[in-house]
Amino acid sequence: MNAQSTIARITKNGYFKYFSKKTIWFLITLVAAVTLNFFLPRLMPSDPVAAIVGRLAPGMQDPEAIRRVYESFTQIFGLDKPLHEQFFIYIRNLFQGEFGLSFSRYPRPVIEILSNAIPWTVGLQLPAILVGWTLGNVLGALAAYIRRGFDKTLMPVMLFLGGVPAFGMAIILLTVFAISLGIFPVQGGYEQGIIPGWNMTFFTSIIRHYHMPFWSIVLISIGGQSLGMRSMSIYELNADYVKYSRYMGIKDRKIVGYVFRNAMLPQVTGLALSIGTMVGGALVAELIFSYPGLGSTLFRGISEGDYPLIAAAMLIITLMVLVTVFLLDIIYGLIDPRVKVSQYE
Amino acid sequence: MKTHLRAVLRSGKFIVGFTIFAAILLLVFIYPLFNPGNPLQMIGYNSFTKPGTYVSLYDSLDTRRVYTFRPPGAADVRIDAKLSPEDRESIMEWLLSYSEQEGLGLTERDIDIEYTEGLMALWWQYYDSEIRLDGMTIARRREFERLDLRLDGLFNLDDLHVMALDPETGEYDILFATVSDDDYVNVDDVANVIYLPLGTDGFGRDVLKQLVSAIGTSLWIGLIAGSIATAIGLTLGLISGYIGGIVDDIVMFFTNLITVIPGIVLLILISYSISQLERGPVTVAIVIGVTGWAWTTRSVRSQVMSLRNRDHVNLSKLSGHSIPKIIVRDILPYIASYVVMAFILQISIGILSEATLSMLGLGPSTTTTATLGLMLDWSIMKSTAHISGAWWAYYPVILAIALISFSLNLMNTGLDQVFNPQLRD
Repeated sequence: MNAQSTIARITKNGYFKYFSKKTIWFLITLVAAVTLNFFLPRLMPSDPVAAIVGRLAPGMQDPEAIRRVYESFTQIFGLDKPLHEQFFIYIRNLFQGEFGLSFSRYPRPVIEILSNAIPWTVGLQLPAILVGWTLGNVLGALAAYIRRGFDKTLMPVMLFLGGVPAFGMAIILLTVFAISLGIFPVQGGYEQGIIPGWNMTFFTSIIRHYHMPFWSIVLISIGGQSLGMRSMSIYELNADYVKYSRYMGIKDRKIVGYVFRNAMLPQVTGLALSIGTMVGGALVAELIFSYPGLGSTLFRGISEGDYPLIAAAMLIITLMVLVTVFLLDIIYGLIDPRVKVSQYE
Repeated sequence: MKTHLRAVLRSGKFIVGFTIFAAILLLVFIYPLFNPGNPLQMIGYNSFTKPGTYVSLYDSLDTRRVYTFRPPGAADVRIDAKLSPEDRESIMEWLLSYSEQEGLGLTERDIDIEYTEGLMALWWQYYDSEIRLDGMTIARRREFERLDLRLDGLFNLDDLHVMALDPETGEYDILFATVSDDDYVNVDDVANVIYLPLGTDGFGRDVLKQLVSAIGTSLWIGLIAGSIATAIGLTLGLISGYIGGIVDDIVMFFTNLITVIPGIVLLILISYSISQLERGPVTVAIVIGVTGWAWTTRSVRSQVMSLRNRDHVNLSKLSGHSIPKIIVRDILPYIASYVVMAFILQISIGILSEATLSMLGLGPSTTTTATLGLMLDWSIMKSTAHISGAWWAYYPVILAIALISFSLNLMNTGLDQVFNPQLRD
């Protein structure tokens, strides 16, 4: 059957079918992800309670006393119950917005640790991704449109830049600008000894520490985005409608406008996905700069066997990605009829 | 097929990428022939010795052929090596502040820092480690003391006598060697010479040798991880895209699930679960491959979906061919070029993932070979080479990673332009 007749067959019923199917799979994936988030960390061969006991009761000699402390902590964290029971408690708590107490930073609640970390990650990544995306797209579009010398030099540079791993870029910037030239501080989100608060010293300190991780993310994303935009633009510039418009005598500027609007569509997807996956993507950069974000918090949680912290951080990441993918599916279903058609073939 | 191959070989980007990649491969195979042995052998007892040629001092004294050279300006070169421009500035600074304190009336015009003899005469005339200058920190005063010691005998050109211990008398009275200022040895005559073009790392291991073997291991890891990820992704993508329906829904559910839990977090969790002893390079490669197939599945699936209603496929269906036969004969050839490109990208992703994992301290545990990620982990995360300025321990590694992925990306772009005519320039 040809596409026209298929599109014609899709009525309001078709939209409803498409969205409800997407929603059902969204919910199933969410449930499965939450389950995995609970069980995966617990498969790690680590004894978080022993680590806490060792830390909170140093120098304790009496084995009987150590055993009692160990048992009481096991009880506080509910680790004495069978795994499936722990899981149901975890789910029940989730519905009450309760993430439990952190193991490694007992007795701080997980929610408090995470809500301290999230602003750092979002504040760093969101602007960096947006700036890198914008610059990358402008450069890519220019390379596709101007061609010749500009493209010939820009393209290999961008390919090389895109090939440098995120941590490599972080190390290069760190050694050049922070250590050799001493322009920026080496690590952290703000100077040690400053108490975080709404004042000028704290603010300038944040800005000073912001540059290095920010530019390392921007440079990397410029590389990737400009390549994608360039090939999409070339693809569109070679399309039949462009040739036809040229024969019709439509102004070049107007055609370019159409071309880049069409080429942008996959790029918007890319932007949404990189916003959705930002936590996992910048984990190493956060670690190298000792930036106090979600990535380094999660990594420390993993290395200390802090199950509630890992599960909660993974839940946030999962939700971000899942919601982004879901929204993209829905939006694409609305603006691009071909996506829905594919469901009926 | 033939025309495609010819087009690939005409693509400039592919050729450049392939050449870089082949050069890297060649280095991996040829270098060990000239420099065999364990790449993780600790040869140095200092951490992060800088790049250069190291000549055994002992053996050069013992070298039988000694040559006499009197190149012009040799003495000046020797003096400059001991007395840097900064040292000259410091000497002037000390002299001026001493003169001010004591009222000697020396000014900048009286001191010519370019004229070594004059400068040193003034220094030796006035300097004494007992003198306390106003406002000078102790650390700075110590620096001047060290400088004074270093400059002792700056103009001295007397022969040096190296004495050996006489086992009978227990005294140093056997003349081992006499060295005069115009004696030279040829480096080739010295028994022990170590060439370290990239210095040593924090454990005193030859960085270049380590790097070459690490590139080899990392390429292996990339190849294994890329093959696994591509194989899984291709199989699932073909099945899900061609069969569709509930099979498609289930495959996409797993694909979404593995996308939703970020690959790196999954990698970290799995790597933590495998004990250090069992975590060899192959295990790490398998873990990377098993977690990295999601995007290949997605893209193969969408390619297959656009193919499955083509006329030739429908004809095949009507002829009663089985599903595996249709997939292999009527679908696979059409996406083959695409799969090759995805495979190349997967190799580069595999190498990057290994590096990331190793940077987090979760890399392969090995005693025989390094990987690119482990080298970064050892130099940056474990011994802060970047703070002590030992660039040779990590910049070449980053460059190697960047060059490998650059060459793979170039090949990929070249292939893309050959197989997607609309992308051509």
